[in-house]
Amino acid sequence: MSTVVADSHDAHDEHHDHKPTGIKRWLFTTNHKDIGTLYLWFSFAMFLLGGSMALVIRMELFQPGMQVVDPHFFNQMTTMHGVIMVFGAVMPAFTGLANWMIPLMIGAPDMALPRMNNWSFWILPFAFLILLSSMFMPGGGPAFGWTFYAPLSTTYSTDSTALFVFAMHIMGMSSIMGAINVIVTIMNMRAPGMTYMKMPLFVWTWFITAFLLIAVMPVLAGVVTMVLTDKYFGTSFFDAAGGGDPVLFQHLFWFFGHPEVYIMILPSFGIISAIIPAFARKPLFGYASMVYATASIAGLSFLVWAHHMFTTGMPTFASLFFMYMTMLIAVPTGVKVFNWVTTMWKGAMTFETPMLFALAFVVLFTIGGLSGIMLAITPVDYQYHDTYFVVAHFHYVLVSGAVFSIMAAAYYWLPKWSGVMYDEFLAKLHFWCSLVSVNILFFPMHFVGLAGMPRRYPDYALQFADINAIVSVGGFLFGFSQLIFLWVVIKAARKQGVPAPAKPWEGAEGLEWEVPSPAPYHTFDTPPKVS
Amino acid sequence: MSKQQPKADNSSIITKLLASVVIMFAFGFALVPLYEKFCEMTGFNGRTSNTAATADGNMQVDESRIITVEFATRTGRGAPWEFKPEVRSIRMHPGEIKVVNFIVENRTGQNRVAQALPSVSPGEASLYLNKTECFCFEQQPLAAGETAIMPMQFYLDPDLPDSIRRFTLSYVMYDITDQVGSGAVTASRSE
Ligand code: HEM
Ligand SMILES: [Cu+2]
Repeated sequence: MSTVVADSHDAHDEHHDHKPTGIKRWLFTTNHKDIGTLYLWFSFAMFLLGGSMALVIRMELFQPGMQVVDPHFFNQMTTMHGVIMVFGAVMPAFTGLANWMIPLMIGAPDMALPRMNNWSFWILPFAFLILLSSMFMPGGGPAFGWTFYAPLSTTYSTDSTALFVFAMHIMGMSSIMGAINVIVTIMNMRAPGMTYMKMPLFVWTWFITAFLLIAVMPVLAGVVTMVLTDKYFGTSFFDAAGGGDPVLFQHLFWFFGHPEVYIMILPSFGIISAIIPAFARKPLFGYASMVYATASIAGLSFLVWAHHMFTTGMPTFASLFFMYMTMLIAVPTGVKVFNWVTTMWKGAMTFETPMLFALAFVVLFTIGGLSGIMLAITPVDYQYHDTYFVVAHFHYVLVSGAVFSIMAAAYYWLPKWSGVMYDEFLAKLHFWCSLVSVNILFFPMHFVGLAGMPRRYPDYALQFADINAIVSVGGFLFGFSQLIFLWVVIKAARKQGVPAPAKPWEGAEGLEWEVPSPAPYHTFDTPPKVS
Repeated sequence: MSKQQPKADNSSIITKLLASVVIMFAFGFALVPLYEKFCEMTGFNGRTSNTAATADGNMQVDESRIITVEFATRTGRGAPWEFKPEVRSIRMHPGEIKVVNFIVENRTGQNRVAQALPSVSPGEASLYLNKTECFCFEQQPLAAGETAIMPMQFYLDPDLPDSIRRFTLSYVMYDITDQVGSGAVTASRSE
């Protein structure tokens, strides 16, 4: 596809690979690779932290009745788990991957706005510090769910809400800065010859994701601001007594919220579109249709938000509109799955760990998509809404979807990042443990959901006991399986392993494989020529 | 710094993107009045008008249809009263004018001010519900211990779609004394 004419290596002066050492290197770095690494480690830490909170939830739900935590703390755990996983684990992981890979993939020496890049990372730890510290306030931390519906977050919340709002503002600013950086980089820093329709799909999907972020993060900022002023400054945006409307909260939140779920999946589509061709040793089937499908998913994501609100008593015409729009999204999504499968068709496939995660992604994400279609059917959603069926749906798309794709990406690019091959045995062990446990964890949730077990309660009816015990066992297995991942990554980071060649995957395509492994601190100071 | 040819000036892209951020932030707030207007036009959120309608003198009563209107009441959070409709539901023809009384009892030894907020479900019905008189149009002063009977006079527009055979009109009675002050309660309402 592309060749590097001027090997970036020759263009280097000696002093170029010189980098500051110690803590200052990380605090003041403007290097896209350093910042990518920071994002990725941060998101891993948040993943483990949010995961521990999920284990508290599963511990409580292992048996009916109250045994481990009190209901208010349980609610704090579900809230924190959701917020941390969405804003602390998945989104920063994607931003980390974008930082590392986009400049390498488009032949740029760095991100376009390196100083802002430093800021957008370093405000994140503070946001989460503030969020976590709110749990030590009198009355405890936020307990209204990651969706912070009014009036739970206004009339009925504790003062930790102020910290929650502040933390959300910082996370939002970080995301917006990251998105601006991605857009400017992609528009202005592409190597000569790297036209838009030659960009790898990971770059394309991130480009579109960045526009989604620019469009909806400010709306989120607006909603949290309204919550704050309703709670503390006497406004009545969401208070019926003062002329507001609590349902308006849900409209505003989901106007952000639905595009947000696509923010968490579009970059995955890009990753999978890089990995499957590499291990099937065939070019991606339908590149252009992938680009258009991504763009249409992004466009449609603004027209489906009320599928989260079917039970708020919308008029029939609105329910029908949102139902059909939601189902329409399945079409471009189906195009993608079709293209991935067709790429594999008659390919010379091998099954290294990145490919295993990618394959699991295709299958399990599709299961999540299908439960999504079921939820999109308005009349049946009256039964499924706010049950564990919804929990099963979004964990299939987010854990075995987004998170699996992040793991696939980590294994795929670890040799480039660290310079050594990761431990394939441990990686495969991680994969199989995760694959089995994730299904023990989330599949039975469909059944208790259909049987009517509501989400977000610390207790449940006795007939759900057996399935919940199984789910909890799956949860602990999945949680502890991630320690294998941690082990593999630490080993690779400490350079324990076979040195990796510039291109460790035979069928891999793209500029990132034309620089040595580990990628030097500075790459593409002279732009490569893309043919 | 980079030796590449920038395709456009960085700062012009950044300016446009920042402008989009500002616009989208403002858009979030603009959705509040837009939503209100939209609901008013479509009955989306089931709010009824808070001004009196005047019944058209030669309105046709549609005797071929009987609509069930149910009444629900709730007191706002912490509001110290008992609030209920005199009847739980009525059956009526579109075009017919009916009066339903609501009863509220101030159970405190203080003068309070109440405000009722109506809501109709399904929301579409709110477009065809016309109140010629309603206690919800005004703040209701309630003297200490007073029991007030508050009438609500209304009719259904004969254009009411056939699909609506039954709907619920609910009121929430809020205590707004703290916002308006109990000085508003002067003479008892019976005068
Ligand atoms: C074919 C594609 C999809 C369809 C048709 C679909 C449909 C739906 C519907 C109708 C609901 C609301 C269910 C209810 O609350 O009653 C829902 C919830 C949800 N979906 Fe999807 N979905 C799809 C894909 C995705 C993807 C790709 C993601 C994220 C990566 C996602 C994340 C979520 C989340 C997080 C919720 C629950 C939010 C909450 O209430 O906390 N969905 N989905
Ligand atoms: Cu959605």
